[in-house]
Amino acid sequence: MTNRIKNATPHMTRNEDLIFERSKPGKTGAELRPLDVPARSAERTLGDLYRRDIEGFPEISELDVMRHFTRLSTWNYSIDAGVYPLGSCTMKYNPRLNETVARFAGLGTDHPYTPEQLSQGCLKVLADTQRALLEITGMDAISLQPAAGAQGELTGLLMIRACLRERGDARRFILVPDSAHGTNPASVTISGYEALPLKSDSRGCVDLAELERLMSTEVAGLMLTNPNTLGIFEQDIQKICEIVHIKGGLVYMDGANMNALVGVAQPGRFGIDVMHLNLHKTFSTPHGGGGPGSGPVAVKRVLEPYLPAPTVEEQPDGSVRLNYDRPRSVGRVRAFYGNFGMAVRALAYILAYGPEGLRQATEDAVLNANYVKERIRECYDLPYDAPSMHECVFSDKRQESRGVRTGDIAKRLIDYGFHPYTTSFPLIVHGALMIEPTESAGKVELDALIDALRSIAQEAQESPELVQTAPHTTRVSRLDEVGAARKPVLRWKPAAP
Amino acid sequence: MRYLPSSDSDRAAMLDAIGKKAVGELFEQIPAGLRLRDRLNVPGPLSEPELLEYFEQASVESACDYVSLLGAGAYAHYRPVVIDALILRGEFLTSYTPYQAEISQGNLQAMFEFQTLIAQLTGMDVANSSLYDGSTAANEAVLMAMRLTRRNRVVVARTLHPEYRQVIETYLQHQGVEIAETPYASTGQIDLAALESVVNDQTAAVVVQSPNFFGTLESWAKIAEVVHKRGALLVSAVTEPLSLALVKPPIEADIVCGEAQSFGVPVAYGGPYVGFLATKEQFVRQMPGRLVGQTRDSEGRRGYCLTLATREQHIRREKATSNICTSQSLMALNATIYMCLLGKSGLRALAEQNLSKACYAADELGKVPGASLPFAASHFNEFVVKAPGDCGELLAALREEKVIGGLPLERFYPELKDHLLVCVTEIVSRRALDRMIEVWHRFSRPVAESIADAAAVG
Repeated sequence: MTNRIKNATPHMTRNEDLIFERSKPGKTGAELRPLDVPARSAERTLGDLYRRDIEGFPEISELDVMRHFTRLSTWNYSIDAGVYPLGSCTMKYNPRLNETVARFAGLGTDHPYTPEQLSQGCLKVLADTQRALLEITGMDAISLQPAAGAQGELTGLLMIRACLRERGDARRFILVPDSAHGTNPASVTISGYEALPLKSDSRGCVDLAELERLMSTEVAGLMLTNPNTLGIFEQDIQKICEIVHIKGGLVYMDGANMNALVGVAQPGRFGIDVMHLNLHKTFSTPHGGGGPGSGPVAVKRVLEPYLPAPTVEEQPDGSVRLNYDRPRSVGRVRAFYGNFGMAVRALAYILAYGPEGLRQATEDAVLNANYVKERIRECYDLPYDAPSMHECVFSDKRQESRGVRTGDIAKRLIDYGFHPYTTSFPLIVHGALMIEPTESAGKVELDALIDALRSIAQEAQESPELVQTAPHTTRVSRLDEVGAARKPVLRWKPAAP
Repeated sequence: MRYLPSSDSDRAAMLDAIGKKAVGELFEQIPAGLRLRDRLNVPGPLSEPELLEYFEQASVESACDYVSLLGAGAYAHYRPVVIDALILRGEFLTSYTPYQAEISQGNLQAMFEFQTLIAQLTGMDVANSSLYDGSTAANEAVLMAMRLTRRNRVVVARTLHPEYRQVIETYLQHQGVEIAETPYASTGQIDLAALESVVNDQTAAVVVQSPNFFGTLESWAKIAEVVHKRGALLVSAVTEPLSLALVKPPIEADIVCGEAQSFGVPVAYGGPYVGFLATKEQFVRQMPGRLVGQTRDSEGRRGYCLTLATREQHIRREKATSNICTSQSLMALNATIYMCLLGKSGLRALAEQNLSKACYAADELGKVPGASLPFAASHFNEFVVKAPGDCGELLAALREEKVIGGLPLERFYPELKDHLLVCVTEIVSRRALDRMIEVWHRFSRPVAESIADAAAVG
């Protein structure tokens, strides 16, 4: 087996200083069109407000800029270069066509305050995106305004609060399972609620008895990820919703794992009241090194009056308008209409796949996760042995006795040419290895990933130090994160003369 | 499907390996009643040429053949082609948040450079590596000031972008916070006397924008004096950061936040944009959002990593400084490349062009009979002008000439009926400006005549 493993080797990476260290007085990388109106003296016009210099700002040529950022780019791992099995992040292929259409004149250039009759193209893209997302989720109404998943969560919680307040009591707590993503409890706090942790049962799912016990008239609702962060479908979802609803609460579904459900099941039928989607996960908009994202929030009728304003509404004559007249709205969560460009890309993704394609992508994602799981389960501890959806979660329990932790295995995976899986999450798994291959990995690449994980398990037994000190093939070795936090250096400064 | 790498034989082999006969078995964990029986009712599949056609249609139904004089928090500047050549590189476009520092040094160093550029531009000590946009950055600045002061009263200038004010109201509605608005003076700047009366010992933050929503520049020293006297923090908001190439940075402020879309990020109907937040060294640990720090690897080489993560939601959960996870890295990279390309002299020259063009337009519109420039204080590339008559009719006349003539302010400021916010950046040619000015003159003639008639009768 070992001779089949193709370890990554370092390719040419050039050293590159900070852009400020490349700067030479008098250089520039952009030339302007000649000014066609009389020049004003800024100094005279601005008087006391006039700034003489931007100290330290770089001066470089266009070629310098090109080389600088090209070199930096070669130090990044990317989906385009290889498999990215980062659990809960859904690192799927980002079609380039979507980048092209998002830059079309009008879509890339219309100003958000353009009169509505002149920007129907943009508004129709928003309306078409909304319609497709409502069909996929089975929900009744949607807002594309939230800028990312966490903002979608907050928006949803604010809507729950507004609804319950109108009923007479906003209540105090939101139940959040201990397996939840960190943004859930953080969003709860900002919405003015207190997060009440809900313990998972031995299956890694919501403990119904515990839910019954905690659910009271003090509890506004439950935030639930489904499939949950272990990649397991919460089979009791209808019962869960019923328990919450009987006590007058509402159910929020974190749609981070929607890639397991598109075309297969609509959350709108589960009994939930509100959910968000991550367009940068399920709908392929590029992660871009950490954003932009987009976190549309979809609701059932009961919460529709509270959606952020403006809503995008199709008219009987086929035109689309922005409706600002929403007196019961929770308010605005972001300027303008959200990350419009991400809606363009998500719509392009949906249209390219069509209904059968979307279902096929979901099936491939789930098949891939199950395949990886079956083929490495003899090497790693599987704490919750339930059927998996789009991701699977192992523990480093067997390797720990040799002093090798999940973070070490992850770093060693880099030497085999893969981006690591997600480490140490969810928190209910001791030393978690969270693996989500997505549909964007074929069998050949999955087999290579599996071989790598099996080989590392063997290395952990035979030569743990090799794993503990990985990666060995990268441009830089492990970085001193403790030192970075102790005395933070957060910007470049010129050397003292 | 062209994006999927698996072949049917691959799928069959994998199913076989896991002991399943059909892929449907993998979904049996979903209760049968919840599984979708029909196919989704969505359009497609579309081939690449069909998809291009679909979006070309949307492009046709847009305002792309109009000259736009809209600003108000989103600014159209020329976008050098190098930006897309770089940000479309898969290594930037298709990478994740750089938690795995060893294989993310490119993103990390670029974000470290973004932090440095923003700090230099704003005159602050440190900046974070981006937030969603300017509106949420303003909100995060307010929350940060509340944590730092442990006070719960917030004062916002009425000249802060109205949608930024709305976002702050949304976020603070359940925080037990009182929000007070402070008016503008006849100059278009903040009313200092009114500010003095509204700031008190419970005020956590005072948020003032410059250039403000009217395009007017504020003088920071006096504002800071009023704010700091009561122990509150001054938050300076910027929606057009290009102004900072020519205008003194708000070094008197405690937090500078804003929108960096102006730096070569497409206007794109409102997003994605890129917020920023900068502050003084002593407040670093209460900053929201991701921070990149410089460090060393085990062999002593310089490198970068995410740092001070103990502020963030994935560690602190309900006690985090913010619920933010995703930031706007790619847009921050876009802005970084733009700032580097223009550089010190280019950015100043560009800002001078914007100033000159806006001054030209303001002067000429001010000469139109019946029109007036209500605010006397200096502006950058945006200003308010009162139309000679009904501004809806004037805008319609301008649209006939393929000009979107500005933003009617009455929508946000009922007292400013028939006032337009006009933005002129370097991309608006003099020819277009003269065409616009000509429409104003033509429009004003009947108005001026009726005024003259009225005067004659009187």
